[in-house]
Amino acid sequence: MSNPILTLSHLTKRFDELLVLDDLSLTVHEGEVVVIVGPSGCGKSTLLRCMNALEEIQGGEIRLHGELVSKSSKNLTELRQKIGMVFQSYDLFPHLTVLENIVLAPMKVQKRSREDASKEAMALLARVGLEEKAASYPRQLSGGQKQRVAIVRALCMHPEILLFDEVTAALDPEMVREVLDVILRLADQGKTMLIVTHEMQFARAVADRIILLEAGRIQEEGTPEEFFDSPKTERAKKFLQTFTFERKRLEQPQSQN
Amino acid sequence: MNWTVIRQYLPLYRKAAGLTVRIGLLGIAAAILIGLFCTAVQRSRIPVFRQLVSAYIELSRNTPLLVQLFFLYYGLPKIGVPTNAVACGIAGLAFLGGSYMAEAFRSGVEAIDIIQEESAYSLGLSRGQTLRYVIFPQAFSVSVPAFVANVIFLLKETSVFSAISLMDLMFTAKDLIGLYYKTTESLFLLVVFYLLILLPISLLGTLLERRTRHAGFGT
Ligand SMILES: Nc1ncnc2c1ncn2[C@@H]1O[C@H](COP(=O)(O)OP(=O)(O)O)[C@@H](O)[C@H]1O
Ligand SMILES: [Mg+2]
Repeated sequence: MSNPILTLSHLTKRFDELLVLDDLSLTVHEGEVVVIVGPSGCGKSTLLRCMNALEEIQGGEIRLHGELVSKSSKNLTELRQKIGMVFQSYDLFPHLTVLENIVLAPMKVQKRSREDASKEAMALLARVGLEEKAASYPRQLSGGQKQRVAIVRALCMHPEILLFDEVTAALDPEMVREVLDVILRLADQGKTMLIVTHEMQFARAVADRIILLEAGRIQEEGTPEEFFDSPKTERAKKFLQTFTFERKRLEQPQSQN
Repeated sequence: MNWTVIRQYLPLYRKAAGLTVRIGLLGIAAAILIGLFCTAVQRSRIPVFRQLVSAYIELSRNTPLLVQLFFLYYGLPKIGVPTNAVACGIAGLAFLGGSYMAEAFRSGVEAIDIIQEESAYSLGLSRGQTLRYVIFPQAFSVSVPAFVANVIFLLKETSVFSAISLMDLMFTAKDLIGLYYKTTESLFLLVVFYLLILLPISLLGTLLERRTRHAGFGT
């Protein structure tokens, strides 16, 4: 692995008494796709929100290319431009059309011309198959379409790293695929990404590295093959078991195992 | 109903309506500014100012406009502040309307999910840009129905101005009844003129609501 892009060292995050992240360190390298898995409530969303300085941290530090990311960073808006984020709940701006949603930040933050930003936005929309929705409002889109637009909106800022927080968790099953396919294609293009997901098949396909987060710490870390086929820790084995289904032999005598 | 009388009275009512509309619009414009200011202060984290604003809102909402007008019109000269009826009318309406507008805007701002703010920040927008391009436009479209109701409410409230001798519609009607006892004609014109002022505003409000509803929050 080459250049480190994002470095978290000894991160500690508390909500009052509740310790959510406990001395957590993690480095994401250029072109790497890191998938974070873990039981609900273990702090995955909090971890991503810290990386964008949406949450204050109580210890440790976060650096993007060596620059400190924190709520008090003077160049916070510049840093945030370089970190794209897509949330679990649909977060498009409902009063703006799809195209306006995408070009708002490029125009207002990066001072690009409307023509330039729109041209790129349309090209990106075409790539996710939503060209003809440019003039629609978010409420006229399905959940899967909204999430694809949210991804395009983040991409249009040319971020150096993309954070995805369970972007398919609120979707109907038949829409999950269209969103995950977009993310898979981004991985093929060599984008640096940090992905929180509960879709294990997808995690296996997209990840260079999988991390299990539990009790505020990284409990296990490895390639998808290592993680899924030969987990080392008890926690990882237990976590993976929650995704497999077995019926008792009594009920299913013709079972092949 | 005597139509000759009505034709005679018409110019008087037209003049009075002009005064009602002028004071009404100026007072409402000031009320909007006060409302925006209060909303901004309440969203900020400046402790003393927030409490002052809350106190103002309670005082303004829980006293009748008539009492506020009397206070301004008869009270201010007693403490040496020269004043006149028109200025008092505008100030009174602004004082009452400011709190109503503040409440309308606040409900709008509070209806916006925090995630809207966060996703704007995550795109690199500053606090100011987030308020201007993301929060205010959405807050406004939520506030529109309450805003329109306030405008109509405040225009109707102008009918108490006659109490401080402003020659508005109410004053004119009462005056004419007292002088000539043409009660039917006087009241008829009073109703007609209030409708002439308020109906167009009501219609405009409905149009505005329809135009801003595209921001529907069915996401
Ligand atoms: N704003 C907050 N205030 C207090 N506790 C919070 C807040 N946000 C999250 N938590 C708590 O922190 C823990 C981690 O939450 P979260 O990061 O959302 O978990 P995950 O995304 O892994 O499901 C949970 O116990 C949650 O209840
Ligand atoms: Mg979460």
